[in-house]
Amino acid sequence: MAQQFDSATLGMWVFLLTEIMFFGGMFGAYTVYRGLYPEAFASTSQYMNPLFGAMNTAVLIVSSLTMALGVRAARLGEQKALQLFLIFTMIFGLAFLVIKAFEYHEHWVDMKVPLFGGHWDYSEAPQFARQAQILFCFYFFMTGFHALHMVVGVGIMTTIFFMARRGMFSKDYFTPVEVSGLYWHFVDIVWIFLFPLLYLIGNARKLV
Amino acid sequence: MSTALQDPRVVETPNYLNQEYGWRSWLFTKDHKRIAVLYIISITVMFFIGGIFASLIRVELLTPQGDLVNSDTYNKFFTMHGIVMVFFFLIPSIPATLGNFFVPMMIGAKDLAFPRINLLSWYIYIGGAAFALAAIVLGGVDTGWTFYTPFSSTYSNTFVITAAVGVFIAGFSSILTGLNFIVTVHKMRAPGMTWGRLPLFVWANYATSLIQVLGTPVVAITLALVGLERAFHIGIFDPAIGGDPILFQHMFWFYSHPAVYIMILPGMGVISELVTCFSRKGIFGYSFIAGSSLGIAIIGFLVWGHHMFVTGMSMYASLYFSLLTMLVAVPSAIKVFNWTATMFRGSISFDTPMLYAFGFIGLFTIGGLTGLFLGTLGVDVHVTDTYFVVAHFHYVMVGGMVLAYLGGMHYWWPKMTGRLYPEGWAKFSALLVFAGFNLTFFPQFILGYLGQPRRYHAYSPEFQVLNVMSTAGASVLGLGYIIPLIYFLWSMKYGPKAGNNPWRATGLEWQTSSPPPTYNFETTPIVTEEAYAYHDQKETHVG
Amino acid sequence: MHSVPSVRTYVTIWAILTFMTFATYYIAQIDLGQWNIVIALLIAFFKMSLVIFFFMNLKAESPLTKLFAAGGFFWMILLLGQFFVDYISRDWMPGGKMW
Repeated sequence: MAQQFDSATLGMWVFLLTEIMFFGGMFGAYTVYRGLYPEAFASTSQYMNPLFGAMNTAVLIVSSLTMALGVRAARLGEQKALQLFLIFTMIFGLAFLVIKAFEYHEHWVDMKVPLFGGHWDYSEAPQFARQAQILFCFYFFMTGFHALHMVVGVGIMTTIFFMARRGMFSKDYFTPVEVSGLYWHFVDIVWIFLFPLLYLIGNARKLV
Repeated sequence: MSTALQDPRVVETPNYLNQEYGWRSWLFTKDHKRIAVLYIISITVMFFIGGIFASLIRVELLTPQGDLVNSDTYNKFFTMHGIVMVFFFLIPSIPATLGNFFVPMMIGAKDLAFPRINLLSWYIYIGGAAFALAAIVLGGVDTGWTFYTPFSSTYSNTFVITAAVGVFIAGFSSILTGLNFIVTVHKMRAPGMTWGRLPLFVWANYATSLIQVLGTPVVAITLALVGLERAFHIGIFDPAIGGDPILFQHMFWFYSHPAVYIMILPGMGVISELVTCFSRKGIFGYSFIAGSSLGIAIIGFLVWGHHMFVTGMSMYASLYFSLLTMLVAVPSAIKVFNWTATMFRGSISFDTPMLYAFGFIGLFTIGGLTGLFLGTLGVDVHVTDTYFVVAHFHYVMVGGMVLAYLGGMHYWWPKMTGRLYPEGWAKFSALLVFAGFNLTFFPQFILGYLGQPRRYHAYSPEFQVLNVMSTAGASVLGLGYIIPLIYFLWSMKYGPKAGNNPWRATGLEWQTSSPPPTYNFETTPIVTEEAYAYHDQKETHVG
Repeated sequence: MHSVPSVRTYVTIWAILTFMTFATYYIAQIDLGQWNIVIALLIAFFKMSLVIFFFMNLKAESPLTKLFAAGGFFWMILLLGQFFVDYISRDWMPGGKMW
């Protein structure tokens, strides 16, 4: 059994390694363009809402806390606590997605969505209008892939929750909880990096 | 050491093939051996589909004019040939088939670490293949298997997204296989099976798995970004907003160069098995061959820019990548020297698997050396994007990997099926493959050097003779592929029964019955010997 | 299997992470030029380490697992670094430009 637990956790870390490379590719591309077009990228900050970004970061960090506490409960065989923490984790995850959806809506209203045939108006700083679109592409693609991973994460937590309700976990067997927790924390880490890179590019942001 | 076992007293032992019957027992199996068989069938189908496109290419190139098809259609031929062969045949080939079957057995395990993920990876492969086939049937893709932007992201009018989705999905299959192997080799070795006693085939698959896990996600995100750019009509590779097409190439080749090592390392692992068995000798320099597999895997991530020397990348980056390309040849050369040293003063027999091993060593060496020519900046400026490159990579991929795959299939066929294939026909096909291959691709070195560009449906008339030779070779090569397909299938019903160890090879997989029982070993083996513990033997054997 | 960290440990880590998040936000209001991004990324790196070592319990995992985790980050650096081998050296040539 211990060997299976070790195998499962090693397996999940190897999978997270693939996720590091998946997001890493995007981070790499982002860094190249940021180096090529620093002023254009900096000009986009005024259309980002760093307070929402910080709030989202805080929400995910809390969800990581509840997740860690849930895994701890599983190890101790505390069934009720496990289920409670899973619920909280999912609530915070969904809160993140709601805030994100609101932000996307704001961007749409501001005409800062170059996708979908160019819902785009950059007349405030026309000299950066073209290259700023690259940053917004990164914004939507990177937060989009991240949000997708969050949705999957919430799905996984739901599954784990129902497994816990059926009494499948105990002090001796909680492997699925452990590896799901690892996944959840990883998705949190990706956001920890997305926040400064997408929201805090320019200097002296205005406080919302 | 049995030949045709006609003894009626011998009952059919329970094995992984006859344990259960019915399509459900196959499609819902968790047995790594059955999953390997599922993969063998699937990749063989994809191989012949890729082969059809190759035939269409070679038929068009019989004449200098573009007369069979127009250039757009021709572009689709070489694109589909590349996509199918690279992503749906070569990348999975040995790991998903022979690796799946034998890595657990070689380490004395009952199965892989995650049997259900193994089955999932096959289903994902089929899903990816479905998208690739859909792209073909809907009308094809014409970007080249390399999907260069902005043609793929903006200007192509073909089914790029469909194909990219297929490759993306197949990449997941590759990642899951690699993940499974890594955890298996770390956590499930039998007692006494230390890292230093592992068969080199296991080392090779382990190194391959590292590459799969580290590299594939990057091509996944790259193709996803191309797909998103096509879908949204804007994206990060769009030059109109300042996007850099060379960045696409950096991201693409970050994976696709290590990918070629995914496509050759397992073959090298097979060769280590064959050379030792058919020289009746332990491997020369075990730790160097094991270490060189890891070396190739790691250095392989440091050389991708050699695909981009003439693209507009910085000259200094070209210097960096060229230097490292020279370095990556060293571990491969170490292997070739060590295999040769293994054969020296060995007791060589010329069974079919060994014929393929000989072919591999020679042809891979040529392919590898021409890779060094291409890695040299000055030479590359002259021959890049010509048939020289095409010949180079076919020498390593076909002369190397495909020959290793065929050699491995022949070597392990008796173990997997419990039947012997007909040796006469097998030797004949091996010779056809060797002769056909060289006739197809050697002229292409000359053509490339003389200046025939790749990916063109027409060429200058003075190149016709060599092109005709190449097409003739392709026909012979094709025959060399079809004959084994026939006799392998034939042997499953009519071949003589093989014993447990018809080659008298070392290795845990030969200690079980042929075919093996579902759980591989009655009791967990305890390993006390080094790998390849061959001792001098002069007896003859089945051959 | 492993020792179970205490609730207090987890809550402490959470508090540090939340504090650092708002620190990042407020520091970004101050114009420090090139250093803004450096500081922001350093803080992010530190936060990531806390999550990995404590929430993900890497501290208690085997050396092998630690090696794979480190390997992942190292490989991403390898990707970024080699991209820059090209982009940084483009302006060493007449006509190129980068940073």
